[in-house]
Amino acid sequence: MSSLPSSAIPSTPPAISLHNLRVSYGEREILHGVTFDVQQGETLVILGGSGSGKSTLLRTLVGLERPTSGEIWIKGKNLATVSDDELDALRRHMGMSFQGGALFGSMTVGENVALPLREHTKLEDSTIEIMLRLKLDQVGLSGYEDYVPSQLSGGMKKRAAVARALAMDPEILFFDEPSAGLDPIIAAGIDQLILELKEAFKMTIIVVTHELASAFLIADRMVLINKGDVIAIGTTEEMRNSTHPRVRQFLDRIAEPAVSQELDYLQMLTEERHGSRR
Amino acid sequence: MELTVQIGQSVLNALAYLGSLATLSTRAAYYTVVAPFRGRPIRMQRAISQAMQCGVRALPILSLITFFIGLILALQAAYELKRFGAMNFVASAVAISMSRELGPLITAIVVIGRSGSAFAAEIGTMKVTEELDALETMAINPVHFLVTPKFIAMAIMLPCLTTWANAMGVLGGMVFGVSNAGFTALGYLHATADALFLRDIVSGLIKSFMFGITITAVGCQEGLSTGAGAEQVGRSTTSAVVISIFLVIAVDLIFTALFYFLGGK
Repeated sequence: MSSLPSSAIPSTPPAISLHNLRVSYGEREILHGVTFDVQQGETLVILGGSGSGKSTLLRTLVGLERPTSGEIWIKGKNLATVSDDELDALRRHMGMSFQGGALFGSMTVGENVALPLREHTKLEDSTIEIMLRLKLDQVGLSGYEDYVPSQLSGGMKKRAAVARALAMDPEILFFDEPSAGLDPIIAAGIDQLILELKEAFKMTIIVVTHELASAFLIADRMVLINKGDVIAIGTTEEMRNSTHPRVRQFLDRIAEPAVSQELDYLQMLTEERHGSRR
Repeated sequence: MELTVQIGQSVLNALAYLGSLATLSTRAAYYTVVAPFRGRPIRMQRAISQAMQCGVRALPILSLITFFIGLILALQAAYELKRFGAMNFVASAVAISMSRELGPLITAIVVIGRSGSAFAAEIGTMKVTEELDALETMAINPVHFLVTPKFIAMAIMLPCLTTWANAMGVLGGMVFGVSNAGFTALGYLHATADALFLRDIVSGLIKSFMFGITITAVGCQEGLSTGAGAEQVGRSTTSAVVISIFLVIAVDLIFTALFYFLGGK
């Protein structure tokens, strides 16, 4: 793993610190030793192609997958070894917005957003009502509390999911593919929302995406994951200027070289021959 | 050799599945009995709405089916009893077979079709749409939040439904008894009451309680183990129904045998 040096040396401890993180599904190892820090208050975008392991990384960060080895430090606790109760305590400081929204279909938008408050606080109904209005207002969904998720458009569902993720005033907010499946205008609206949240609450935001335009707009720093390894980490500027071939391939959107012509195939075979002789 | 390996593997798989059902039921029991004393109250509201859904709303169809079953039982019993001129035993034949066996069983089958499949579909869909993951990231335990209210609702509602089913079965038998076996309505009820012992009813209710637990465990387990993709929800729902029917009959056999050998009769 070669990584670009990060320019800023932080004075505060990192919000999340990963050390040699490995995650497997059964026999198959998805992440082969991932190490990086997420600074407090920064927006980190995790980039990677399909099947790169970026979604697995996100699921591991929110405690949905347990790593096979390595460490994830969040608020002084190692997520790899915490008990279920400690994990639940940590999760109250985290909010997660899922790709499809993952709103509960049997509840209204209001009930969805209020759910974490009703579950984890002893607030009066009237207080929850006020907080609910506030959260919906923040994501631009005022007046939609009595709608059920099936009545909302894709973009509105994502906004509602963000409102629910914000309900407990988390310190760390996670987004899984925030602009996936949305038209460019709605997607830009979600990017804008993420920027507003970053500005307003100074919270640590981690976004998994493969949308480059969106990534460069919202990110402070980026991590590029390829086949379960971090191949680059750095600021948007550092990434743009990177000469790492894989980074260039991803950022310049170059397709994997395909063996299309017989001649190419022959050439490849002869090159292999030469290679093996050498 | 190959065959023995295969049989052994199937037995192991079946045992592992039963183990997962037992684990789920135990966790639900923990959240029902122990957790409320540790500051995690039961979700009464959800349990009540589940009870409405799987209990009260099942009454019309269950009534109709068990009424027919009572009538069928009376007809079948009469076919044989007529030869001995013992038509006055129709009432007791219906009463005993309903309360000991068919009341609990038919109720369970109806509930499997209505609720067992619905549990698998509901939880399976939530799994596919990441709603279960969302619950977990909100530090809300899906077993506590989703599964336990279903267990509570079913454990209470199945015996209630069974009692109702027994009554409807007797009513069905009574229609035949009054029209064809020379009973008066009151006389039929008296004959029914005389034929029944408390243990007939109680053994049926104990079975129905166990059926309720079994159906919920299978429905929820199938939902929770749904794979990725919408077609998997369909698969879970189907197997919830098939496995529930099989296990309910297996549980029925075990408890009937237990009552037979322990009860002496």
